[in-house]
Amino acid sequence: MTAAHDFTAAEMMTIAAARLLADGDVCFVGIGLPSAAANLARLTHAPRIVLIYESGPIGAKPDVLPLSIGDGSLAETADTVVSTSEIFRYWLQGGHVTVGFLGAAQIDRFANINTTVIGDYRRPATRLPGAGGAPEIANCAGKVILVMNQTSRSFVEKVDFITSVGHLDGGDARKRLGLTGGGPVAVVTDLCLLEPDRVTRELTVTSLHPGITRQKVEASTGWKLRFAPQVAETAPPKSFELETLRQLQRRTALAHGRAPAA
Amino acid sequence: MAEITSLAAAVASLIHDGDFLAMEGFTHLIPFAAGHEVIRQRRRDLTLVRMTPDIIYDQMIGAGCARKLIFSWGGNPGVGSLYRLRDAVEKGWPQPLEIQEHGHGDLSNAYVAGASNLPFAVIRAYAGSDLPRFNDRIRFIECPFTGERLAAVPSVRPDVAVIHAQKADRNGNVLCWGILGVQKEAVLASKRAIVTVEEIVDDLNAPPNACVLPHWVLSAVCCVPGGSHPSYAHGYYDRDNRFYQAWETISRDRDAFQLWLKRHILDTENFEEFKRVLHEGIEERVS
Repeated sequence: MTAAHDFTAAEMMTIAAARLLADGDVCFVGIGLPSAAANLARLTHAPRIVLIYESGPIGAKPDVLPLSIGDGSLAETADTVVSTSEIFRYWLQGGHVTVGFLGAAQIDRFANINTTVIGDYRRPATRLPGAGGAPEIANCAGKVILVMNQTSRSFVEKVDFITSVGHLDGGDARKRLGLTGGGPVAVVTDLCLLEPDRVTRELTVTSLHPGITRQKVEASTGWKLRFAPQVAETAPPKSFELETLRQLQRRTALAHGRAPAA
Repeated sequence: MAEITSLAAAVASLIHDGDFLAMEGFTHLIPFAAGHEVIRQRRRDLTLVRMTPDIIYDQMIGAGCARKLIFSWGGNPGVGSLYRLRDAVEKGWPQPLEIQEHGHGDLSNAYVAGASNLPFAVIRAYAGSDLPRFNDRIRFIECPFTGERLAAVPSVRPDVAVIHAQKADRNGNVLCWGILGVQKEAVLASKRAIVTVEEIVDDLNAPPNACVLPHWVLSAVCCVPGGSHPSYAHGYYDRDNRFYQAWETISRDRDAFQLWLKRHILDTENFEEFKRVLHEGIEERVS
């Protein structure tokens, strides 16, 4: 299959994230970037992936990306729709979700997630939307994959607020906390792929996207970033991946009455 | 026993100042017409609970109806911030707003506990999270059988629940379908319940296992076609995504918000008139 040469950093991020999902995964999908990547996986290499959205649809197969987490297209294309309490109680907490696919406003070196507040909780500089289903997903999903843009403001030494736990302070912290799920296994950004070190659980760059330098990634990170001994280069988008993603985004833009994202 | 009545009459008799109010519907079937009527009748000091405050509570908070908000995700879905909510939390405008925040799994099951006449819900969450440090309504308990440490949250038991649904029959039995969020749980957890519906029919023709709320658990049923706009009613109309996007501009600025509120809600008689004014505004922008 041929590789594409003309692609954006956002497209590389979505495609790299989609590749991490396996055919047959049961994926609890967050809205936005994770939803785009999960549906791209479904439309490319993982046709049997089961997408679960927190509003209630199980096995959603939307033709366009939902604008909200509860769009009608999710219900219409789902295998079944259950109540929100049931999604969390039986399907997530019950242990059926193999991968939680999330975004975040802020993340730290141990992949703890902040979606609550920038600054002090009681006197916030910026109030963010809050937890959604992420605390429960971070606890119970078999593993967690994060998708987000990388800047020195979003990748910080210590998050202002831990909304959803990653590896807390590293090492065997999750085990000590008694968490049932495995926690973050990968963070996919517009620049690179990071994975937790096997022992310390500190996020470590394992693959740089094409054309991205170590210096660029370091400058976009708020802590002294570690690189794996062998840093790979992310395979560029294949023509099929890129064309499928662009078609999905064109259909989405048409359906929602918006100009396609740059 | 459900009375089939007007929305104005239902809100006047069933929702009081200081009430604990749940208006549910997860993106779908959000009872906007009822939210407007609460604003129109100038209810004050409400404690509002909703998993996703959405634009409906952004309007009510900006209009000064709320004293406290219990929620689990407070954004404009697919767009960004809820600026009236943020202004109340960050700047205390138009009045300070106490917040109590949870996660979706937590809050949805707190409704289940309320509907089950239990004092609290048990979930697996929050170990390692900062939320319990700032919300003393999230605590930890030890399982009496296994010794596991689990999170506990108090059940949600509102004074009044309001939901929107597709259909009612002439006795006030209600049928809804599609994404249902915690609508059934909210109704069964509350002392009183108001349901607005798209239409009233002779026969619901509901299949077995359909979500039917019998008239004897409801207080009032009101026929308000289009009553969940700009949210949607599955099988009736789509989500008005353009309105959600337009709300970004309307709500960002206090003056723009107040003008919108006056023209569309305070100066209109009911939801029919709201729809007419909204439509005029759209035509003005197009022409």
